[in-house]
Amino acid sequence: MSMKFSTKNFTDRTKDNISDDFMRQAVAGAQERLHGRRLDAAEELGNWEEWRSHGEEIRQHVLENLDFYLHQLSENVSQRGGHVFFAKTAEEASNYVREVVEKKEGKKVVKSKSMVTEEINLNTVLEEAGCEVIETDLGEYILQIDDHDPPSHIVAPALHKNREQIREVFEDKLDYKNTSKPEELALHAREKLRQEFLAADIGITGCNFAIAETGSISLVTNEGNARLVSALPKTQITVMGMERIVPSFEEFEVLVSLLTRSAVGQKLTSYVTALTGPKGEGDADGPEEFHLVIVDNGRSEILGTEFQSILQCIRCAACVNVCPVYRHIGGHSYGSIYSGPIGAVLSPLLGGYDDFKELPFASTLCGACTDACPVKIPLHELLHTHRQIIVEEEGRAPISEKLAMKAFGIGASSNPLYSMGSKAASTAMKPFTKNERISKGPGPLKEWTDLREFPAVGNTRFRDWFYDQKGGN
Amino acid sequence: MTGTIQNREAFLSGIASQLGREQKTQVKKPIWKHQPQRAVLAGASADELLDVLRKQCEHIHTELIETKLADLSETLDNAVKLYGGGPLSLWKDKRFEEYGLMQLIESDWPAENIEVHTWQAELGGRNVELAEQANIGITFSDMTLAESGTVVLLSSSDKGRSVSLLPTNYIAIIPKSTLVPRITQAADLIRRNIDKGEQVPSCINFITGPSNSADIEMNLVIGVHGPVKAAYIVIEDC
Repeated sequence: MSMKFSTKNFTDRTKDNISDDFMRQAVAGAQERLHGRRLDAAEELGNWEEWRSHGEEIRQHVLENLDFYLHQLSENVSQRGGHVFFAKTAEEASNYVREVVEKKEGKKVVKSKSMVTEEINLNTVLEEAGCEVIETDLGEYILQIDDHDPPSHIVAPALHKNREQIREVFEDKLDYKNTSKPEELALHAREKLRQEFLAADIGITGCNFAIAETGSISLVTNEGNARLVSALPKTQITVMGMERIVPSFEEFEVLVSLLTRSAVGQKLTSYVTALTGPKGEGDADGPEEFHLVIVDNGRSEILGTEFQSILQCIRCAACVNVCPVYRHIGGHSYGSIYSGPIGAVLSPLLGGYDDFKELPFASTLCGACTDACPVKIPLHELLHTHRQIIVEEEGRAPISEKLAMKAFGIGASSNPLYSMGSKAASTAMKPFTKNERISKGPGPLKEWTDLREFPAVGNTRFRDWFYDQKGGN
Repeated sequence: MTGTIQNREAFLSGIASQLGREQKTQVKKPIWKHQPQRAVLAGASADELLDVLRKQCEHIHTELIETKLADLSETLDNAVKLYGGGPLSLWKDKRFEEYGLMQLIESDWPAENIEVHTWQAELGGRNVELAEQANIGITFSDMTLAESGTVVLLSSSDKGRSVSLLPTNYIAIIPKSTLVPRITQAADLIRRNIDKGEQVPSCINFITGPSNSADIEMNLVIGVHGPVKAAYIVIEDC
């Protein structure tokens, strides 16, 4: 799967998803739970704002000095016997991984959850080269065996599926005979995947944070799958977005603390693992060979622009979990593997306005995302900046907005026209009004009134009311 | 043996030019304006830290067992039997001897037909197979984080990664003296060791309870890919 996974337009995607009652309920429930847990975890610390400020200063410093830290990282990985490949494009990255796998004559690849490997379309490239690629995060495994259903949440990828749907997929694809109890489903996946881990010759991981000072990479999970991926196969390949780096263990622990609290409300997840190079001399487990692939794929073009702060992101999805728009349209509507506010800012930057120009408009600019972000990315301001660029420089605002603005421009530029229009509103809307409510609105109102009522237009205009109240003084 | 580095110069000079400057060869880390992590449980005594750990274990689905040094052998034996006995997978770790557990490991358990496998680097991949077949993996904690209820395991050729990962259950033995407030102190220790010229272990694990997942309808399932159950045995050694 590459970053863009849908050929439908934004409106059609949204229509499909908004009628999926289970999905909407699941998303709302997950948002409430994750949001609540994050608030509890933050409150427990007592000085969350100071933590956020610390996270922000670390991330800003790293981005300002990214070339230095990547140089230091690569030196240290190499000194420990690991190989480093800098990939400018998605193709360069996935081709390098394919070459390593082919050189090792790898047939079975186990993977732990990684957004950047989705971004570079890695699974397809490896499958085309004749490899079997197995996702091992439970959520991603479910999606993979369900004919590559796309993820709908950065942290909980299978959020949109209910247990009965999962049971059916298991029955269909894995010959599963038990019930839809999550415990039984998970146990079945454990048994199936344990065999895959033991038989795999290549392990591929993402990277939550690389640590420049020691040449380490780190993996944060609750399931333990990333540990298996990095402990058992003979060759480990880690793919990281180039900005996912910290200077040393001192900053690493702060960002991990922010990540696990913000993502799932845990002080630490069950497993946080820092890996340095291939296995040590005399070690009986761990990979014999280690490769680190550092991916640009459009990121460097964000540096030095008004969007630089988006690269501070640590992929916790706290912004997704508070977004009122995500809550209603769900992750699939975004058409990108990156959904929610972070997706609406990042997808157009990495994938271009051609495919993702609607996303910055799918926001109320309420700012809840900005408040939730543990590293203080001004998300709603960046969404607004996108809109400005799309309208002013690219000249491609959504058509409805263009028409509305044009009509408003004509109406508002002439006093008699404006006056007539606002006076006529109440009369014009009368046929649609019942009991002071409009439930089947015309034109642009239709989308709103399909879902809820709109109050009737008042008989008195605001201007007239104001004049009467104040007597024109 | 050093590894290869490919395409670095073009990649990094591209970054520098986007940032509108020459490539940097020296960067001094700033003194951070905020350091909230240092205040967490600052100055707490070992007893206070143990209290924090006790409470945290209730949230991480981990049984906390407290014991005196003299009773450790019996406590560990009971815990092993509670979790279904052998086969057992153990690190090769001199602390088993220092804490008086060799009688149990070398005589008592074998006499009861409880199979014990102690990690032996020279056996190579066979260690992994034995750990995979084990019912319980047992390790000491190298450092214990009170705030999060985490044991820190520093791998080495005697301390395989698989012991805390592949068996169905996991028991960590925690000398109370290994307790520190939080992960901040673990990071400090790792950095102090680097300053002393030591290499960072190839694998450092921060383990907080058993493996789990909430990927199906946000329902918490304990025991996914790693151990299904976890227990901590805390020894009163200070």
